[in-house]
Amino acid sequence: MADASSSSHGDLKLTRVTKSFGDFTAVDDLTLTIPEGSFFALLGPSGCGKTTTLRMIAGLEEPTVGSIYIGETDITTKKPYQRPVNTVFQNYALFPHLSIYENVAFGLRRRGVKDVKEQVEKVLKLVELPHLAERKPTQLSGGQQQRIALARAIVNRPALLLLDEPLGALDLKLRRQMQIELKWIQTEVGLTFVHVTHDQEEAMTMADTIAVMNEGRIEQMGSPAELYESPETAFVANFLGQSNLIRGEVVSSDSDQSVVEVHGQKVAVLKSRNRATGKSILVGIRPEKIRISLPDDPRNGNVLTGGIVSDVSFVGVSTQYVVEMPWKQDLMVFEQNDGGTPTLRPGDPVSLSWNPPFTFGLDGSEDVNAGSEVDEPA
Amino acid sequence: MAYLQSVVTRAGYFTSKKGRLPYLLLFPGMLWLFTFFVLPIINLAGTSTQTPVAGGETGQYVQTFRFANYIDAFNQARPQFARSFLYATLATLLALAISYPLAYAIAFRSGRFKNILLVLVVAPFFTSFLLRTVAWKQILGEQGFVVPALRSMHIIGQNTSLTASALAVVTGMTYNFLPFMTLPLYASLERIDPRTLEASNDLYANGITTFRKVTFPLSMPGVVAGTLLTFIPAAGDYVNAAILGNPNTTMIGNVIDSRFFNIVDYPTAAALSFMLMAAILILVTIYIRRSGTDELV
Repeated sequence: MADASSSSHGDLKLTRVTKSFGDFTAVDDLTLTIPEGSFFALLGPSGCGKTTTLRMIAGLEEPTVGSIYIGETDITTKKPYQRPVNTVFQNYALFPHLSIYENVAFGLRRRGVKDVKEQVEKVLKLVELPHLAERKPTQLSGGQQQRIALARAIVNRPALLLLDEPLGALDLKLRRQMQIELKWIQTEVGLTFVHVTHDQEEAMTMADTIAVMNEGRIEQMGSPAELYESPETAFVANFLGQSNLIRGEVVSSDSDQSVVEVHGQKVAVLKSRNRATGKSILVGIRPEKIRISLPDDPRNGNVLTGGIVSDVSFVGVSTQYVVEMPWKQDLMVFEQNDGGTPTLRPGDPVSLSWNPPFTFGLDGSEDVNAGSEVDEPA
Repeated sequence: MAYLQSVVTRAGYFTSKKGRLPYLLLFPGMLWLFTFFVLPIINLAGTSTQTPVAGGETGQYVQTFRFANYIDAFNQARPQFARSFLYATLATLLALAISYPLAYAIAFRSGRFKNILLVLVVAPFFTSFLLRTVAWKQILGEQGFVVPALRSMHIIGQNTSLTASALAVVTGMTYNFLPFMTLPLYASLERIDPRTLEASNDLYANGITTFRKVTFPLSMPGVVAGTLLTFIPAAGDYVNAAILGNPNTTMIGNVIDSRFFNIVDYPTAAALSFMLMAAILILVTIYIRRSGTDELV
């Protein structure tokens, strides 16, 4: 029987891991370190390799190439039942023939733990469902099953808890509530959580660190704020929230900023936020950073003129504008409804302006639409 | 159960609106069952307590409500009763032992060959039951390949034969009822979500423990259905004993057969039929109760 609790804890290290299924490479030369105790999210569209990565960590798939370590222990070829790793499965995968109590006790019994009853009761209390111990899984609601799946995994106090789209089957309201609870439980039990999701908002709400995956590779890794404010690729810029990416060319540079010409107008990009290596650049700006104004209003910073409002939607806290620029590109602008902006209608001519430090520059060879037209399940 | 009740309630909702439709749909089936099951059973029950007409011809009986027919019949056929249940039990256990790995492999490991394998399981039904049983006589006979092979390996003696034996009867029954065991087993194994098996693996259970604690319990509905579908016809079977057996391997089915058609002793045959039915019914009830699969079905 596996001795999970005494196995060394520590950081999870994936070194040059590749997983191929026939001709298809699901995970491509992935190197990743997840620090002990962190809440780590693997974020990406379906088919990006995030679930395969998780399954390799769990031992349900074996890497074609590469190694996986927890602390100093090589677990690359260990069987799932020999690893100090537990998983919360996407559809929960509770044992339908066992009571909730026995479901939670399953891992403890396999490991021959002494105080099963005490531990099961404690964890059921943690997920606030101690009264359901004698029920069968089918008698529980989706949210309750989700918590039991979580309890069944964390009761073993694994070195690593893997969550495979654990909230995917829940409705929006319950999902928000569970996000907060999961985060709280993670802080409470202090385990390393590796969370796989395609929901960028979910990843940002919960994780300390997010790795954005695309086509088997990690596009960028960092804190939610880092990824959002300073995306390094068009995929990240579009997949995490929305971005306006405008093609341009660097015309001059000084020590801390570059001036970029976009379709005849000039904007500034801080050098520290510019990933472009050559002259060709994608100028990026988040919609909520842009101020919209009538063409004759005073404005400063980066300014783009000649826009025409083509669509206005009021969403309560903000108003979302689509502005068509002279070069036939639609830009998104989110304005707070704080009375600071005049009410605009489709057809109104406008100028757009923003504070230059908010601008980010991406390499001009990138696809403007990468990551924005990904099919998202559920 | 809760699910069933909700279905019934919903059906009730429809009856109030569409009145007679459910009854119309039931009618042909009910008529069929009444004509070809209920009436013959009543007739059979009547026959079972008749006695011969004094001085009448062979096969002439009159109703005298002689329930002692049952005791007489039982006393005459006691060894055959015992043998029927013994052989049926052995055939069921053998079929389970053979079918489980087969169904498991088809359900979890067959990949794209799944449908072909399922067709192969059902394929024997394309020929007659009787012919297949006669074929076993050939297989186990002196000219077959089994006997010489076993003899050359000194597993059986030079003078031992396999036909006309209890072994042949049980083997024949096992073979004949194998699909009835395999298909329900396959159906319930196939329904198991492979992620529950992965979850078990993930929760420190190795392959064997996962099988014992998860796979097998979850396949119980198939085990129960398969064993019933094998045991019930096997207990009443007489073809295998008639073709593959000897006078010492006769089963209750053979006794009923010969009482009806050879000796023309209708009351005894009817009484034996009823006792067989009752015995199977009681055993099956106890079995289902004890296996506790209600909530899995």
